[in-house]
Amino acid sequence: MPDIDLGKTDPNFMRELTKRPGGERISACLTCQTCVASCPITEVNGTFNPARIIRMTLYGLREEVLGGDFIWLCTSCYACQERCPQGVRITEFMTQLKNMAVEAGYIPSGVKAQLDLVTGQGRIYPIDDFDNKKRNKIDLPSLPTSCDVVEKIFPKEG
Amino acid sequence: MKKSSRYSLFLGCTIPARGRNYELSARKVAAQLGLELVDMDEYICCGFPIKSADLSSALILAAYNLALAKKQGLDVCTLCSSCTSALTEAVHHLDKDENAREVVNKSLAKAGLVYESPVRVRHFARILYEEIGPDAIQKHFQKDLSDLHIAIHYGCHYLKPSEIYDGFDNVENPKTLDALVSITGAKVVDYAGKKRCCGGPILPIDEKTALAVAKQKLDDIVAAGANAMCLVCPFCAVMYDSNQKGIETEFETSYNLPVLYLPQLLGIAMGFDRKELGLNMNVVKTKDLLAGYFDKE
Ligand code: SF4
Ligand code: SF4
Repeated sequence: MPDIDLGKTDPNFMRELTKRPGGERISACLTCQTCVASCPITEVNGTFNPARIIRMTLYGLREEVLGGDFIWLCTSCYACQERCPQGVRITEFMTQLKNMAVEAGYIPSGVKAQLDLVTGQGRIYPIDDFDNKKRNKIDLPSLPTSCDVVEKIFPKEG
Repeated sequence: MKKSSRYSLFLGCTIPARGRNYELSARKVAAQLGLELVDMDEYICCGFPIKSADLSSALILAAYNLALAKKQGLDVCTLCSSCTSALTEAVHHLDKDENAREVVNKSLAKAGLVYESPVRVRHFARILYEEIGPDAIQKHFQKDLSDLHIAIHYGCHYLKPSEIYDGFDNVENPKTLDALVSITGAKVVDYAGKKRCCGGPILPIDEKTALAVAKQKLDDIVAAGANAMCLVCPFCAVMYDSNQKGIETEFETSYNLPVLYLPQLLGIAMGFDRKELGLNMNVVKTKDLLAGYFDKE
């Protein structure tokens, strides 16, 4: 994660975040490091640090946070959120950062692929007749192959 | 005591593709215990995989599936912990936020559906624990599995965020799976990182870090002397079972630690055979571990 450069701050960044569900209480953070000690990613990669991501957000470092690869390392495991003594909803805050990154045009290819699959065809692994034959062979019932309904609930733009 | 023994089964994306051993064994165990699992028709993804990219679309996906269950008039039973949390979270969100409900229902109307409270979602293991109970399940057992030393992996979303799960278990000191495993006679082995995440969600982002997270747990389990692992989520199984070889190669180590789904373990105790429980589909071979429990093939 980059050093904090206070020259490039954007106070609206924090204001936007505190309006999103999960971001409300980030300014209550006391940097006690309980989240850091609970994080399975920090455990294997010391440069990932949830408390520091909160700090960077409070300082208004929009580009560094949203454009950084590190926010995508959060697994959404909730270990931090369950233990924060200040009630900061850290996991949900991290999810909001990822959503804001996507809105700003930053999306890792793996995440983009999943988004396209799910909103385009309804499931990550669609099921066809061949799959159903394999299922029947091992005594599993056939499953519906059609997910056409996604076209109705997510109409293609344009 | 029993409220209902019929459930709408929500399989999600991963189980039919990568967890057929889980599905097979869960269906067998459910039937043995008198739980009727009715497949949810035309279900789609629960929304979990796209939460990080687009929360509002994820909520619509979850609500669609919940509306299908509502139409069936049944509570939902899930096998995947990620599906469990995505659907349960959606129920909580929609039930307290009228605005969100309106937005979602506008989309669902195009599919002729409506989200209406109440819809109840519970993980299969939670239903076993709450609706049938360890003592009653134990009455169905024919074999004592005391040769097994099991490390239980709860995973994250079976328990968390705790605020959506009505306190059915305790995040810092979970007990439900311990209770369900110990009735088989197997010894439950405690180990250092029992609460650690499997790392699965970041596999498409940074494979090496994801595998490093999974490795930590495999190290802890082997150090504690367990000879198998038990879990309740297909994502976790991908990390510990499907990717165990990859972890061994990447970090030049060796585990050879069989990974069993909870209903596989219960099914062995109930007397089902290997095939019926899909044990042939587990990636790390279970033959030696379970040799004492099956007739020679
Ligand atoms: S646990 Fe909470 S208060 Fe402590 S550093 Fe993390 S976010 Fe801040
Ligand atoms: S939710 Fe994210 S930041 Fe929090 S402990 Fe888990 S991986 Fe770390």
